[in-house]
Amino acid sequence: VAAELPKHLAMNRSLIRALEKLLGRDAVLWKPEDLVMYEYDGSVEVARPDCVVFPRTRDDIVEIVRLASRHQTPLVARGAGTGLSGGALARHGGICVVFSRMNRILELDLENQRAVVQPGVVNLDLTRAVENAGWHFAPDPSSQKSCTIGGNVAENAGGPHTLAYGVTTNHVTGLELVLPDGEVVRVGGTAPDTPGYDLTGLLVGSEGTLAIVTEITVKLTRLPEAVKTLLAIFDDLHDAPETVAAITAAGITPAACEMLDGWTLRAVEAFVHAGFPLDSAAVLLIEVDGLREAVEEQAEAVRRICEQHRAREVRVARDARERDLLWKGRKNAFGAVGRLSPSYYVQDGVIPRTKLPVTLRKIEEIGKRFGFEIGNIFHAGDGNLHPIILFDPRDRAQFERAVAAAGEIMKFCIEMGGSITGEHGVGMEKDGLMPLMFTEADLALMARIRDAFNPAGLLNPGKLLPLGKGCRETRVRPLPLSAAAPV
Amino acid sequence: MTAPATAALARLGEITGREHFITDSPALAGYEVDGTRPAAAVRPGSAEEVAEIVRFAAAEKLALIACGARTKLGIGAPPARYDVAVDLSRLDRVIAYDPGDLTLGVEPGIGVAKLSAVLAEQGQFLPLAVPYTNRATLGGTLASGVDSPLRQCYGTARDFVLGMEFVTGEGASAKSGGRVVKSVAGYDLHKLMLGALGTLGILTRINFKTFPLPAASRGFLAAFGSLAGALELRRRIVSSPLQPLTLDILSPSLAELFARATPAPPEPQLFARGGAGADETLPLPGPWFPTSDWLLAAGFGGSEKVLQRSADDLARYAAEAGAKSTLVLDDEDRPKVWGRLREAIPLLLEASPAATILKLSLPPANLGPVSEAAAAIAARAGLPCAQLLRGCGVFYLALLPAKAGAGVTASLAAACAEAGKAAEQFGGSATIPWCPRELKPSVSLWWPVRGDLALMKKVKAVMDPHNILAPGRFLGGI
Repeated sequence: VAAELPKHLAMNRSLIRALEKLLGRDAVLWKPEDLVMYEYDGSVEVARPDCVVFPRTRDDIVEIVRLASRHQTPLVARGAGTGLSGGALARHGGICVVFSRMNRILELDLENQRAVVQPGVVNLDLTRAVENAGWHFAPDPSSQKSCTIGGNVAENAGGPHTLAYGVTTNHVTGLELVLPDGEVVRVGGTAPDTPGYDLTGLLVGSEGTLAIVTEITVKLTRLPEAVKTLLAIFDDLHDAPETVAAITAAGITPAACEMLDGWTLRAVEAFVHAGFPLDSAAVLLIEVDGLREAVEEQAEAVRRICEQHRAREVRVARDARERDLLWKGRKNAFGAVGRLSPSYYVQDGVIPRTKLPVTLRKIEEIGKRFGFEIGNIFHAGDGNLHPIILFDPRDRAQFERAVAAAGEIMKFCIEMGGSITGEHGVGMEKDGLMPLMFTEADLALMARIRDAFNPAGLLNPGKLLPLGKGCRETRVRPLPLSAAAPV
Repeated sequence: MTAPATAALARLGEITGREHFITDSPALAGYEVDGTRPAAAVRPGSAEEVAEIVRFAAAEKLALIACGARTKLGIGAPPARYDVAVDLSRLDRVIAYDPGDLTLGVEPGIGVAKLSAVLAEQGQFLPLAVPYTNRATLGGTLASGVDSPLRQCYGTARDFVLGMEFVTGEGASAKSGGRVVKSVAGYDLHKLMLGALGTLGILTRINFKTFPLPAASRGFLAAFGSLAGALELRRRIVSSPLQPLTLDILSPSLAELFARATPAPPEPQLFARGGAGADETLPLPGPWFPTSDWLLAAGFGGSEKVLQRSADDLARYAAEAGAKSTLVLDDEDRPKVWGRLREAIPLLLEASPAATILKLSLPPANLGPVSEAAAAIAARAGLPCAQLLRGCGVFYLALLPAKAGAGVTASLAAACAEAGKAAEQFGGSATIPWCPRELKPSVSLWWPVRGDLALMKKVKAVMDPHNILAPGRFLGGI
């Protein structure tokens, strides 16, 4: 006997039934208590879908897309829900298409340094599948133990090692797409330089607004022969960014160069026990990799530069265990912060790296003015900032102040010639900030590109591009601690 | 040639000023594309002027082709219409360069060589060792989609162009991407512009990520009696921890061409250290340069220790792959070979009156069978050929008939069709960037026809709704 459908879904009753018929009853969720799991991601945004489906094949997706089109219902693709901009939330309700059952690695082609995966493959699982043979999938978001490659493609995700290896788009060579009318199209491929416009490049980072990706061809990257991870400890916060600038000026591109300020590293240390000194003002986590000879020389050069910039101490991880511990500290930073506050707001601004010192001062000043302690954790090497504002979302006024403070930080990033997002995507969190970076003409052109692919606007509506003035909704609820995923 | 009203054209001169508005026939000959001469050429001095020109053209339905140094205008299909050349050579400024941030913003008309000199002063470079370096502009380099041997290490422009500003076919100034090394806001429309032959927009600003120059660099050559040995060495290198800057395989015929031909103009260096290079000559490689074998050429860089380690490993891998001989080239000899490697396309074009160069894109493991198939196809057609195989799977196949003529054109057409099918059979594709104009009607310049053509046409319709930007020049009649 079919369970009673709630009233708010009455108009979608036939759609739900059709989805159940197509996918099986165990692959369709529609009860409110089942849907709450899918109203969050890693951001502060909340939006509940009307139903959640778990397709197994591309053909399932084709049928889902056709049904959605027939019922004029929004479709939102979702991987693991670790996103940080609300990209995978159903802002306007509709069907949330979760890829957890499309998680197969379809092909490992080491001879051509390629892998073909379904979108639901977990980022780290791909690396695990090839690392014994000496390869890896280079994009490494901090959520890589749970985030999916489909989600990485949608948001053009980055990670600490993008400094040397680039973001997701640099590692994707082909996609299989399902368009809103159900047509299946392949763009790009295994071979380089596919003739025609670089549609793969357009699709990566399009946040599910142009098509639903059903298969991804990625590059595999050779694991480096040697890796050295250094922890430079500073007594003055402002010496750390100066050091970063000096490393770049010396012509060294580390594989990663991360900065945690004193407040953040203390939060992390209490949680992870990575060995960050509690009395320090900032640490830099710097990694160099490559040929043994190059790594030795670069690590020595980096150490020298850190010391010249008044590092109190420079530690070198002696083995893989020590190295993993340092990285665990970095990659669990947001989880650690989640233990301290009912909610927190993570920014993703980018500035030219030489502007790090002045930006750090500006963030301090903004924090004081708005009455927040703002933690700073940066991909310092490429100027990608993740300031963390702690707030209690039950206090509406405090939440509004947090958003206002975040807005000021973003505006400053743009004034410095930077960007509102380095790797988290625009989603439904920063669509209102897009006009800071782009003119009306820029945005109108992007909207027309979206409309050319997605004419009825059913694919992930309300994302990436601003809705227009005054249309922005802000809904927010405290994150349960368990949802404070590593970021 | 279409003949738009002279009065209407004259308005263009008001936008740029008379001295930058060209209508005399001899000067316009230099703007011909596949034999079509435009009615006028304009040389805008600012992005605003570009936008104004395009708005005017959109209203008057004038077809525009944007150009820089005009070294690669032969790439693409003959234009369906062509009224006005938009010569961007006056837009040649460095707008912003922040060495500490490794970021650069330039106008599209800036010369590759001129820019290299500016960057070299700061110990940096752009990994665009592209053909015609001493004349080519950055805009033309990106729009034409030519690649560089340095892609082995640094990727293509797609990997280090951070953003662009451009004028759409409606004359709207727009942009995408950013100016910092990392930004994921909005659609990456700038990626669409790469290799688009100016069919989607006219570039007005390009933002790049720059790279520190390697401390020093060397060239490594290994000679093999057969392609198989060279491919085996390639396989060993890409599976090793080494990170070569360049990795290419030359057929004996190409090596022979390198040994006797000097490209015009001479192109001495792969890395223009200290801005040197533009006027230096490029001496022929000496008798040490093997010319009867397949050659694998790998460039590598770094500190002295890294160079030594790389050379040792390469020599060992080469021996394991059955190399007949190996050579390590220092700063004295390396430019003689690598300068030619960069200028391989113009060298090949000069080698035959009907030179036809196909670019086959392949999964690299299939380079071997496709190379063999290509050699057999050329032999059957009675066409001399030369091959340049990049380690990443890009394969330039040059068909070099000794003379031009109707019979030769027919042989070339048949060989191109067969080569395209061979590439397709092995999971790849084929384009014909360079060939005699007479050949174009009888070949598919892009092969195979792909399922995403309809999407490309949608993109074109958004970016250039009146179809005035280089109409007909791109694949599928775009």
